[in-house]
Amino acid sequence: MTRRAVVVPLVAAVLALAGCGGGTTAPAADGAPRGTLTVFAAASLTESFTTLGRRFEAEHPGTTVTFNFAGSSALATQITQGAPADVFASAAPRNMATVTDAGLAADAPAVFARNQLVIAVPQGNPQRLTGLADLTRPGLKVALCAAQVPCGAAATTALDAAGVRVTPVTLEQDVRGALAKVKLGEVDAALVYRTDARAADREVDGVEFPESARAGNDYPIVVLTDAPNPTAARAFVALVRSAPGRAVLTDAGFQPPAGP
Amino acid sequence: MTASTRRRGTGQRVPVALLVPAALGLLFLVLPLGGLLLRTPWTSLGPRLTAPGVLTALRLSVQCATLATLLCLTLGVPLAWLLARVEFPGRRLVRALVTVPLVLPPVVGGVALLLVFGRRGPIGGWLDATFGVTLPFTTTGVVLAEAFVAMPFLIIAVEGALRGVDHRYEEAAATLGANRWTTFTRVTLPLVAPGVAAGAVLCWARALGEFGATITFAGNYPGRTQTMPLAVYLALETDLEAAVVLSLVLLTVSVVILAGLRDRWIGGP
Repeated sequence: MTRRAVVVPLVAAVLALAGCGGGTTAPAADGAPRGTLTVFAAASLTESFTTLGRRFEAEHPGTTVTFNFAGSSALATQITQGAPADVFASAAPRNMATVTDAGLAADAPAVFARNQLVIAVPQGNPQRLTGLADLTRPGLKVALCAAQVPCGAAATTALDAAGVRVTPVTLEQDVRGALAKVKLGEVDAALVYRTDARAADREVDGVEFPESARAGNDYPIVVLTDAPNPTAARAFVALVRSAPGRAVLTDAGFQPPAGP
Repeated sequence: MTASTRRRGTGQRVPVALLVPAALGLLFLVLPLGGLLLRTPWTSLGPRLTAPGVLTALRLSVQCATLATLLCLTLGVPLAWLLARVEFPGRRLVRALVTVPLVLPPVVGGVALLLVFGRRGPIGGWLDATFGVTLPFTTTGVVLAEAFVAMPFLIIAVEGALRGVDHRYEEAAATLGANRWTTFTRVTLPLVAPGVAAGAVLCWARALGEFGATITFAGNYPGRTQTMPLAVYLALETDLEAAVVLSLVLLTVSVVILAGLRDRWIGGP
């Protein structure tokens, strides 16, 4: 009696927890995308992919797009550990390789966009920064991303290309962290993606610099092998790579992928 | 002492209704730890442990957590005493406010600290203008962020201990002519010492593992503000095994210190 009183709610709770991950419907008979689509996308894609997701839902009634936006490496870890995702869009080929090496990509990843660095400064550029060389100015507080994350690797490449040695006050865990330090006025400048600077254009300005062309990041996208909803996944990737999709990405500050 | 011996000595069977959830609870807490051990690259453990930066981050973590705990003891014990012993208007509100850092996502806590102690904040701006002192991106900043997040643990533990203490000892001290300060230092504090120690241990452990408020308020710079949790997070970006090793180091150090302190101060079995 007592035992059941404890065990029953316990089992119910475990079942309820287990049920949280599900909710995908089977593909429709006519091949049209239906049901829930789960997209794991790099944090820098938050604004543009949210827009594309809404467009996808409008174009395909009966679909719901849910996003998991986070750092690309965290997403890659989640996918290799079995997170139920349909599409993975990474901010760097290296994190995509983690997924493809594990045999979890349904086909070859396609590069759909390219992102470059800018110097994010408080609005109005009070320190009058014009290029990477200005970042060495004494007393100037600079935030960079840590070398382990894509924006940090790109920053290192850009600074090396310019022959500039910067001593940052902090090496942030991701690009949003670096940007937040500029927004809050704690640093005078940070190297962030152009898309991030543009998304925050009420608070920060982005100063372009020539070396960033040599330190861009390619964004690959792929449908995953274990995708619960492969039909919708393929349709979503097609939308991202279409002309309207590219227009949304360009609006956000991305560049079209290099090459043909 | 006698009470606990008697309780243990009754020899009755442990009720299954308690044993099953207790065992499940233990498994739930311990299994992820087992997962870490399974993924530990034992063969390459040596070189990974001596990799540059590991010891620096560990030392910084222990130093900052200890300093944060001392700060929490200095400010938190009197605050707990105030909450437990002094009737004042709005006490319930103050008690609720004290627990805010427990509920606040640590990253938000870090932003809140920046808004007050940052360059543009009212206190941070004043410190900068008057003394040329800036707190963000400094080791002091790490200590402040950790103390902010960890102090509620200490306050709650100490306040609980204070409420459990028999008031008559303090009243007796007062009738014998001791003023409130003497009563506090000579009677109250010794009585709640185990509670203070337990709170300090909790506080230290929480400070040691602090991530969100630290990286937001103090940033991440090796040797200055990069504590072990920050190093673990960044290692996770590139190398899962390195992150596992760093986590194990942090876990081992904390378990050893906590277990050691428990035996000495708290008098656990």
